[in-house]
Amino acid sequence: MNITLVLFLIVVGITLVITGWAARRTRTTVQFWAAGRQIKGWQNGLAIAGDYMSAASFLGIAGLIAFNGYDGFMYSVGWLVAYLTVLFLIAEPMRNTGKYTMADVLAYRMSPIPVRSAAAFSTVAVSASYMMAQMIGAGSLIKILIPTLDTNLKPYFNWDVLGTHLDPSITLVGVLMMIYVIAGGMVATTWVQIIKAILLMSGAVLLTFLVLLHFGFSFGHFFDAVAGVKDKATGLNFTQPGILYKYGQKQVFGIDLALLDNISLGMALILGTAGLPHILMRFFTVPDGKAARASVAWAMGLIGSFYVMTTFLGFGAATLVGKANICAKVVAGACVGTPNSNLAAPRLAEFLGGEFFGTTGAEFLLAFIAAVAFATILAVVAGLTLAASGAFSHDFYVNVIRTHLLHGHVSEREQVLVARITAGLVGLLSIWLAARIGATANAAALVAGVAFVIASAANLPAILFTLFWKRFNTWGAVACLVGGTVVTIWLVAIGPGWTLPAVKNPAFPLQNVGIVSIPLGFLLAIVGTYIGDLVKADRLSEVKFHEIDVRAQTGLGAEPNPVAA
Amino acid sequence: MDVGKAPPAPPAPHQEVDHLEPAPGEGGHWEGLEQTDEFRQLVRARLRFVLPATIFFLVYYFLLPLGNGLAPGLMKTRVFGEINIAYLFALSEFVMAWVLAYLYIRKANTVFDALAAKVRARAAGRKAA
Repeated sequence: MNITLVLFLIVVGITLVITGWAARRTRTTVQFWAAGRQIKGWQNGLAIAGDYMSAASFLGIAGLIAFNGYDGFMYSVGWLVAYLTVLFLIAEPMRNTGKYTMADVLAYRMSPIPVRSAAAFSTVAVSASYMMAQMIGAGSLIKILIPTLDTNLKPYFNWDVLGTHLDPSITLVGVLMMIYVIAGGMVATTWVQIIKAILLMSGAVLLTFLVLLHFGFSFGHFFDAVAGVKDKATGLNFTQPGILYKYGQKQVFGIDLALLDNISLGMALILGTAGLPHILMRFFTVPDGKAARASVAWAMGLIGSFYVMTTFLGFGAATLVGKANICAKVVAGACVGTPNSNLAAPRLAEFLGGEFFGTTGAEFLLAFIAAVAFATILAVVAGLTLAASGAFSHDFYVNVIRTHLLHGHVSEREQVLVARITAGLVGLLSIWLAARIGATANAAALVAGVAFVIASAANLPAILFTLFWKRFNTWGAVACLVGGTVVTIWLVAIGPGWTLPAVKNPAFPLQNVGIVSIPLGFLLAIVGTYIGDLVKADRLSEVKFHEIDVRAQTGLGAEPNPVAA
Repeated sequence: MDVGKAPPAPPAPHQEVDHLEPAPGEGGHWEGLEQTDEFRQLVRARLRFVLPATIFFLVYYFLLPLGNGLAPGLMKTRVFGEINIAYLFALSEFVMAWVLAYLYIRKANTVFDALAAKVRARAAGRKAA
């Protein structure tokens, strides 16, 4: 049997055992959504890191650096600095005022029906675009690394659903993620993320160590080799900025287009994290605000170290393997077909394994990195499924429809049952959607270009103003949640970045739309608030501000830790 | 409102309300707490750290892409062998983030937590020590 398949099965086996164990601890809503608020600070830090470092950042950034040199590293920098926004402004107030979802915090001051519906809308938009990228990535990864699995699964998934042919690999990932979330809720999701974080860190450390070993632990030699790699189009070497962002070529309004694109990307990266529903949700799993703070510290340590290592993975692949040899099928040391940047890390692992441990080593290290990437995807999609089903069931079904529209009481049992059903529906829908759009979507652009931008244009202004601006009201919140989401999707749709290959002369010039849509989201929040004020639509939100202000800052009356209470 | 007479029981977790008109007297307890010296001290202390730190990290972060785009010659300057300013600047962003996070957490664990505890003690009707 093939080593990759064995390692895949081990990963799946471990996660299923955890899910079985977690299922017995998942009976109440607080257990399903928030793991009973029993996750320790350091555990949550690992889980945040596991939730955050997606396949896009592991395979994607390593690939960007391997193909474009220094400019790919810009993603790494932004994704760590983002946590300062989370730490300073979001983590503790979230834990102090929220219950299970982001919308809980907004509904504190705002009229629950419109604001919860709007937040459910933006949450689903963020989670769906993030999820599509992960599932499509998972699908192509399995096809490339263990083609036998995909072909063996094919007869079982040989169905057309509503005109879309199911993809066996995507379906496998989707089914596993549904099992974790439906059976084990947040407890299983958290532990899958923790294990994945440990696997991913060990994989990155191992590869970094071997890259440095190759260069005799001399940074000088390593960077000499990196500088020896030249980009054909620009003539720049790989230590220099300007390969991915081609400065000084095109201008918009007299400003360099590449510079705008890069700044725009940076805005989405450093602001978006603080508005990602699946990350925010993690802060409800810890006992108190202090533990929320500690978990960000742990996460920053792990995430930062990982992203520094991406330069060794990416530059390592560029120097040792080379762009021309990074592709799905290598026959006799040469590529068959076009290079695929997502395979930079796996091909680097194969090379280093071969150099230090011979043929078996090459096979084993490639299999190990593939298994790590697979675990990575599983952990991230589980977190996303939980966030999206939270928006559907907790925000929309339980709070909007049952509690506020029908004025009913919803029992614990029903809430957990509905949560499980929606998680299943989210899973099925994403399997179908990923198979449908799989061929045309630009996966990396979906994550950084859509999910992060919606999070920072719609969710972030709503959260920040709810916590810190006294006049903010329901109108402002709905305006930015709905407006920020719609504007972002529209700009991306008319821009160059939505599909592959990129459009030649798009109506909107930037791949990264954040520089327009993020300020617009904040502006909509402010304008909406003043219009709401004018029509005197929402007088309660200002009164309630005093309450959320005190609660957010002090933790008074925060959702209790069930064991301590 | 006299905060000293606030009910001693800790506040219950939040209950959502349907209506948009405030009930008479609603929010008074919280507004009272908001006006106390303890709470103001807490907010001021937080603001004094978070505001400059946020401005600093935003400026420092955007200097990197701005530098790469506007001063490519400077950023490509080699410092140690082939290691250039652009790469060192990017690495320094990591150090900057870690240092600011460390400073915030140290401040929060010592100063902010103690001030928040005073507000909570006040809310519970006890005089803070």
